[in-house]
Amino acid sequence: MSRHQYSGDALIEVLHTAQELYGFLTPDLLKTIARKLRLPPSRVLGVTTFYHFFSLAPKGEHSITVCTGTACYVAGALGLLQTVEKRCHCKSGATSPDGKVSVSAARCIGSCGLAPAVIFDGNIMARVKPEDLSAELDRIGVQ
Amino acid sequence: MTVEELEQRQTDELDRQRGLENRIYCCTAAGCISSGADRIRQALTDEVKAQGLEGKVEVCGTGCMGLCSRGPLVRTSKDNALYGNLEPSQAAAVVRGAAEDKEKLAPSRLDTSAPFFSKQKKVVLANSGVVDPEKLADYIAAGGYQALAKVITEMSSQEVIEEVKASGLRGRGGAGYPTGLKWELVARQPATPKYVVCNADEGDPGAFMDRSVLEGDPHRVLEGMAIAGYAVGAQQGYIYVRGEYGLAIQRLQTAIKQAERDKLLGNRVLESGFHFRVDLRIGAGAFVCGEETALIASIEGRRGQPRQRPPYPPEAGLWDKPTLINNVETYANIPAILNNGSESFSSVGTATSKGTKVFALAGKINNTGLIEVPMGTTLRTILFDIGGGVPGGKEFKAAQTGGPSGGCIPAEFLDLPVDYESLSKIGSIMGSGGLIVMDNTSCMVDVARFFMEFCMDESCGKCIPCRAGTVQMHDILNRITSGDATEHDMKLLEELAKLLREASLCGLGQTAPNPVMSTLRYFREEYEAHVRDHKCPAGHCSLNGKQGGAK
Repeated sequence: MSRHQYSGDALIEVLHTAQELYGFLTPDLLKTIARKLRLPPSRVLGVTTFYHFFSLAPKGEHSITVCTGTACYVAGALGLLQTVEKRCHCKSGATSPDGKVSVSAARCIGSCGLAPAVIFDGNIMARVKPEDLSAELDRIGVQ
Repeated sequence: MTVEELEQRQTDELDRQRGLENRIYCCTAAGCISSGADRIRQALTDEVKAQGLEGKVEVCGTGCMGLCSRGPLVRTSKDNALYGNLEPSQAAAVVRGAAEDKEKLAPSRLDTSAPFFSKQKKVVLANSGVVDPEKLADYIAAGGYQALAKVITEMSSQEVIEEVKASGLRGRGGAGYPTGLKWELVARQPATPKYVVCNADEGDPGAFMDRSVLEGDPHRVLEGMAIAGYAVGAQQGYIYVRGEYGLAIQRLQTAIKQAERDKLLGNRVLESGFHFRVDLRIGAGAFVCGEETALIASIEGRRGQPRQRPPYPPEAGLWDKPTLINNVETYANIPAILNNGSESFSSVGTATSKGTKVFALAGKINNTGLIEVPMGTTLRTILFDIGGGVPGGKEFKAAQTGGPSGGCIPAEFLDLPVDYESLSKIGSIMGSGGLIVMDNTSCMVDVARFFMEFCMDESCGKCIPCRAGTVQMHDILNRITSGDATEHDMKLLEELAKLLREASLCGLGQTAPNPVMSTLRYFREEYEAHVRDHKCPAGHCSLNGKQGGAK
C-alpha cells in the first residue's frame, strides 16, 4: 500500500496483491484495507464483490477453470464443465466439499486457437476431452 | 539514450545478428506454450550447447507466429524454414540442419508459400514471431523507437496529428472512430494534466488479438502510446490489461522497465524535453470495463460502471481530465504510420477503412490462429484460403464477428469485403477482431442464448433496461431452446431487443441484442423450428436430449 502512497485510487491494485498474498479476502482484511486507504468499508466491499476476480471464500488446493468463451463453447466446453462439476460435487464458482478443487468457468482466456481449453492449476490445457479432465482429477486424488 | 545512441544500438545489434550462423525462433505465445513450446525451447538450447555451437547459433523466443493450430512453432533464420508440431526429440536435427536432417524434418516443415501466409499482410504483427518480446535490443534492431525519435526531433505535435489523420486510421477496438480526430480533440483541450490510456481489456470471447500483440511485441504498443502522449500533450499513460492475461502482464512489466532504463520512457525521453511515464492497471474480471467510461472508473479504483456520455473522455476522462483512450491495435499501428508515412498506410484497404486488421480465427476452422489482412479482404478469402475451411467435410454455416456485441454472418455474404461499413450494413460489427466459425452442427438459437447469458452475467446493473432486459431475453431464449416457447415469446423477444438497443446506458446493453437480432434476421427458420415443431435443426439443443457440448 505504501507503494501506492495509500491512495484510494489504488484499491484494485491493493486487492490484487492482498489476494495473491492471502489466497482470498477475509472481512478483517477488507476492513484493514479500508482503514489504511481511508475509504468507507462499503466502498471496499462494493468493489470487491463487483469484480469476478476477487474471492471472499477460501480456494481449494487445486483450481480448474473451464473456458466457456465462444470458440470453446462451440467445441464442447459445457460437457467439460459438467464432467468437472459432477466429479467434484460442486457447481462452477464453488469449491468441492473436500476442499480439494475450486471449479470455475472463465469468460474467455484468449486461447481460442486451442479450444476447448482448460486452466488447470495455472497451466493451459489444449483441446481437452472429458477423459483428459477425468484423468487429471484421478491424478490429484479426487474420488 | 540519445537518438544517435539509438541508431548505434540498432547497427550493433544488427551486426551481431548477422554474425550468427543461425537464429532459431521459438514461438512462446500463450498458444504455443500450452502446446509445449517451453520444452522445445529448452531442448533446442541444450542441443546448441551439446553441439558446441554457442555464439554461432542462438535460440530465442518470439511472439505469436499465427498458426496456433500447428503449435509449437519454430523458425530458423538460416534457411527460413518453419516447423510445426515439433517434439523435443527433433531438436538435434533442427540445430544441426544438415541435408539428411532436413529430409527427416520434412513432414513437420510448413509451406510458407501457402495461402495462410501469402494472403496476409502484416503491419501490426510485423514483429510478431520475428523479435524476442523480452529483449529491447531485438525491437530496436527491427527499427523500434525510430518513429518516436523522429517525432520528438523533427515533428510538432500538430504535425503528428495531421499525419495520423491523413492515414485514415480508425479505432481498432470495434466502433471505428477516426483516431486522428480523437487525438485532435484531446490535444485541443485546455485542461491539464492529460492522460493517454491503452484499452487492453479484451473481453470479447473468441478474441485474442490484443493479447497476442502485447505478448509478442509489447514495445510497439509502448512506442505508439508515447507518440500519442507527445501529440496530445500528456505525460502519463495507463495500460488497462485483463487480469486473465498473465503472460501479457509480465511481458509488459519487463518492457516498461527496459524502456525506462534506456530513457525511451520516463523523464526526458531520448534526452529531450518530453516526459512520458506508463503504468499498468490490472483488470479484475469485468467485461463491462472495456467500455471507456467504465474503464476509467476502474482505473480510479472504483466499481467499473459506465456513466452517461457526453462528456466524452477527451473532455472529461480520468479524474475528469482530458483522456485519450485507444485500443492496443490502434497504438500498434502508430509507429508504422510515422515510419513509413501516411500514404503508405492508406494505400492499403478500402475507401473508408484504411490499413490492415488483425483477426483471431477460431471455432470450426482448420487453421485456427492469428492473422492480419488488408481491410476489404473478403470473408471467403479469410475463412477458406487463409483459414483452410471447415474441418471434417462439414458445411460452413455462419461466422460470428464482434463478440457479444456483434452478429452472425451467413454463407450468402461470404464474398462481402470486410470493412467497418459493410459489416454494420448486414447487422454485425467489425468488433475487435474475433472471428468464430460455425458449421451445420451449431444451433444458432443456442449461440444467441450463449451470448445473452454472457451479457446477463456481465451487465453491471446500473441501468434497468440492461439489468432486467438481458435476464428476460435470456429466459425467453432458454424457453426456446428447451421447446417451451410460444409464438408470443418470439414477439416479446423482438420487442425487448429493440428496447435494450434504444434505452440502455452504454454499449454493452445497446449492443446486447445484436446476436439475437442478426440470428433472427438470417436464421429465423431455426427459431421457428424450435418454437413450432419443438425441434432443433442442428441437433444441438437440449431439445434433442443432448445438452450443448455434444459434438
